[in-house]
Amino acid sequence: MSEKELRVTKIKDGTVIDHIRGGYALDVVRILGITGQEKRVMTIAINVPSKRFGVKDIIKIEGMALSAQEVNRIALVAPHASINIVHDYAVVEKQEVELPKTIEVIIKCTNPCCVSNSGEPVSSKFHVKNEEPLSLKCHYCGVSIEKADVLKQL
Amino acid sequence: MLFSTLGLSCFWCHNLEFKGRDIVSIEDFIQTEINHILDVAKSMEPLAKGGSELLKGKILATLFFEPSTRTRLSFESAMLKLGGNVIGFAEPDASSTRKGENLADTVRTVENYADVIALRHSLEGSAKLAAEFSKVPIINAGTGSEEHPTQALIDLYTMRKESGKIDGLKVALVGDLRYGRTVHSLAYALALYSVELYLVSPETLRMRKDVLATIKSKIPVTENANLEKIMPQIDVLYVTRIQKERFPDAAEYAKVKGAYRIDLKTIEKAKKDLIILHPLPRVDEIAPEVDNTPQARYFQQVWNGIVVRMALLSLVLGAVE
Ligand SMILES: [Zn+2]
Repeated sequence: MSEKELRVTKIKDGTVIDHIRGGYALDVVRILGITGQEKRVMTIAINVPSKRFGVKDIIKIEGMALSAQEVNRIALVAPHASINIVHDYAVVEKQEVELPKTIEVIIKCTNPCCVSNSGEPVSSKFHVKNEEPLSLKCHYCGVSIEKADVLKQL
Repeated sequence: MLFSTLGLSCFWCHNLEFKGRDIVSIEDFIQTEINHILDVAKSMEPLAKGGSELLKGKILATLFFEPSTRTRLSFESAMLKLGGNVIGFAEPDASSTRKGENLADTVRTVENYADVIALRHSLEGSAKLAAEFSKVPIINAGTGSEEHPTQALIDLYTMRKESGKIDGLKVALVGDLRYGRTVHSLAYALALYSVELYLVSPETLRMRKDVLATIKSKIPVTENANLEKIMPQIDVLYVTRIQKERFPDAAEYAKVKGAYRIDLKTIEKAKKDLIILHPLPRVDEIAPEVDNTPQARYFQQVWNGIVVRMALLSLVLGAVE
């Protein structure tokens, strides 16, 4: 991308989610609950050439700061993405998204017979078996959960 | 603890410490630990016949949220033969779960009454959850559709006792490999040894993909094996029950049931030292005429169940190392 093109999409205050694996930007948008009706300036770039990844996706959202919970959610579909907080056109904070080894609370086990879905005083808990493609294993019942199952819940 | 009895320590291998340990899943164990459990089980044989005071003053609570008379009696008999005592319930009605008490609370109550808990529950992962809340060891007596670790240990013990070894065996698993609780735990356990596995089941009852993937990464597995063809080579024929509820219509069930029934003709070409196992109860997947053959070992398995459970109770309560 040339300097000129970049300038077109630069934001004043907000968040830039960079280094999303190519083709996954719409999943990230969905995870963040963005519908496009928010009256915010937003740019989504898909399959942009990247030195590090071959291709990557970028999302720029004007006037929105992400919570820690939201960053964790992004990790489920776009591990290793980086999150830049922009203030007055400058990056003031940079954070690399990392998928933790175990994930709690965010999603529920898809197994209806799992003890974690039965009113016990525990939250759901998953172990990350594989990042790409995403594969999680329920700590309690051992059932495997794939990315499609995660997206359904977010 | 093999190494501590020898006065040695072994920093690179798994600690063979069983006292206070939960028996939740067969996947929590390595081969050395399983072999140790089987060794201790062997040492329990004379105690099972003559009785003992090894666990005098200790109490086992059997919490059976799902009825299984056989398994419960086996645990209770094992505890009584060791001089211990037994409390518990066997029906969901008898417990306070009907009033809405959760398992975590039940466990935190019962741990005050007992030194060890054997749990049977229909929810998957319930033994793991119970173990997280309980101060006393939890022994999984069958949970969900996935885990029945004590049965798998009994199967291994029977193979070792009757065939003299586990490594090198050719084992055929026959019947319901999808929903059969015992068969999953057994497959995981066998994958820790050098065995060859043959899977024989109707299309709809094939082994679950995740279980299959795990065992195939460790040992040679022949899927959709033809029982007649493999019969002359196999050392162990493990038969499970095919349940009527798993089939949409009665005709399909009847067809499948007939095709996987073991009778004298099925084992005509079997090795002389083949052993036939079944976790019981059987319905009619093994014809009664097979009971009197030298190959039938399923009733010996019931006895072996006692000694294996005696071993587990003694180990987790620290009465043996
Ligand atoms: Zn689960």
